[in-house]
Amino acid sequence: MIDVINLQKNFGGLQVLKGVNTTINKGDIVVVIGPSGSGKSTFLRCLNCMEDPDGGQIIFRGVDIADMKVDINVHRRHMGMVFQHFNLFNNKTVIQNIMLAPVHVGCQDLRKAKRSNTINSIRNKFVGEKKRRELIPITTTPAQIKAEAKAQAIELLKRIGLEDKADVYPSTLSGGQKQRVAIVRALAMNPDVILFDEPTSALDPEMVGEVLDLMKDLAGEGMTMVIVTHEMGFAREVANRILFMDEGVILESATPEEFFSNPKHDRTKEFLSKAL
Amino acid sequence: MGFWDFIESFPKKWYKFVDIFFEQNGYVKVAEGLQNTLTIAVLGLLIGILIGTVIATVRVIPKYKFLPRLLNGICTFYVGLFRGTPIVVQLLVGYYVLLPILGVRMTGVEVSILIFGLNSGAYISEIMRSGIQSVDPGQLEAGRAVGLSFGTSMLKIVIPQAVKNILPTLGNEFIALIKETSVVSFVGAGDLYVAFSYIGSCSYEFMVPYLVMAAIYIVLVMGISLLIKLMERSLKKSDRRN
Repeated sequence: MIDVINLQKNFGGLQVLKGVNTTINKGDIVVVIGPSGSGKSTFLRCLNCMEDPDGGQIIFRGVDIADMKVDINVHRRHMGMVFQHFNLFNNKTVIQNIMLAPVHVGCQDLRKAKRSNTINSIRNKFVGEKKRRELIPITTTPAQIKAEAKAQAIELLKRIGLEDKADVYPSTLSGGQKQRVAIVRALAMNPDVILFDEPTSALDPEMVGEVLDLMKDLAGEGMTMVIVTHEMGFAREVANRILFMDEGVILESATPEEFFSNPKHDRTKEFLSKAL
Repeated sequence: MGFWDFIESFPKKWYKFVDIFFEQNGYVKVAEGLQNTLTIAVLGLLIGILIGTVIATVRVIPKYKFLPRLLNGICTFYVGLFRGTPIVVQLLVGYYVLLPILGVRMTGVEVSILIFGLNSGAYISEIMRSGIQSVDPGQLEAGRAVGLSFGTSMLKIVIPQAVKNILPTLGNEFIALIKETSVVSFVGAGDLYVAFSYIGSCSYEFMVPYLVMAAIYIVLVMGISLLIKLMERSLKKSDRRN
């Protein structure tokens, strides 16, 4: 689903990613681990072009999204992201946080369709029978989009057990609640893949569990996930592939059993001996 | 004339003022002046907020490409120009130089609204920029990550939070604007100053009219401070309540 080919990224003079190659298939749960400064967060952020790559290709849905000419916003809709510090929209209530993107994108597409219909219907009057373009059928209204998004948001909130918090602002939620809302906010766009950037690192130990449980749920449903984390136990349990990164390259790519019981690379052995 | 003389003659001066104010249509002039002052300040502020927000947004766009750099250069020049000259000079240049050159007919009040808008836009752009930079960059990232464009994320997420942070400073700017409008008589716009100096020149007695004018300005500013406080309170909804 995502093909990463020779991905490179520099910050100033420092080369953080030195040619990363990997493929993420549909349904994969890829966990990226490595020491700090190894470029794993940068790698994840490059996947949806949060950081623009300096070299290489990222083929997602058949398009190289590392190309600056591509309209990245269209592709990001299919690629959810969850941040370490949650980044819920502080000026929106919980339900507005979840609804904002689906409603906006839905209305935007509707406007676009209407606009092209208007242009095409005028054009059709002037060209021959054969050259006429079909009009896009308009089946929805902004109000309907909004209602659907709201129903979906309530459904998602019920799923994480926070439907009573729908109308409060994020500042009143606990860290674990915020992160779960952030995850369902990403889900609201029905993405093909969700990227997790250290989703539990900013949480109280007590709240890590609830977030990991939700992620396990998603994994069970077959959601494709790329996760940067320091939770080794979680990685072992949920991942079906582990990428070990150090100094801007992927040193090892293996199944969890193989990775934890029989690491090949010396650097991996050293890391695991310290981490476990 | 000493202080005691002033106290002694005050009732007489006051009655004179009241006489002109009510009997000789002074209140019409004052109402007109007040209306002009407020129109110039409010519309100027609105134009300023609009221009300031656009400039501030341009200034925080990542500058890899040529177009953002060019726009940034233009904005820097604009801000430098309007912060580098006194408002009176801008009014005079606008009214007596630019209007004849462009061949446009505008009244003093219209020119004042425009110049005050352009001027406060330069100041508000800096206020707004600091406000935008005070918002956690993660907010913009989160907006972009769900597929919203830079503009939409700014408009729906970052700028509302920025405005909340800068509301007290923005209020300051509005208060400064109200007070600065007292120079618009340079281009023939009839504001509060014109009204009260009219009353003064009717009786050759300026002390009381100017004192009343000062009082009106103070009341205006106090009213605005109150409004700002109310707005801040309503915007605080999303803050953590202790």
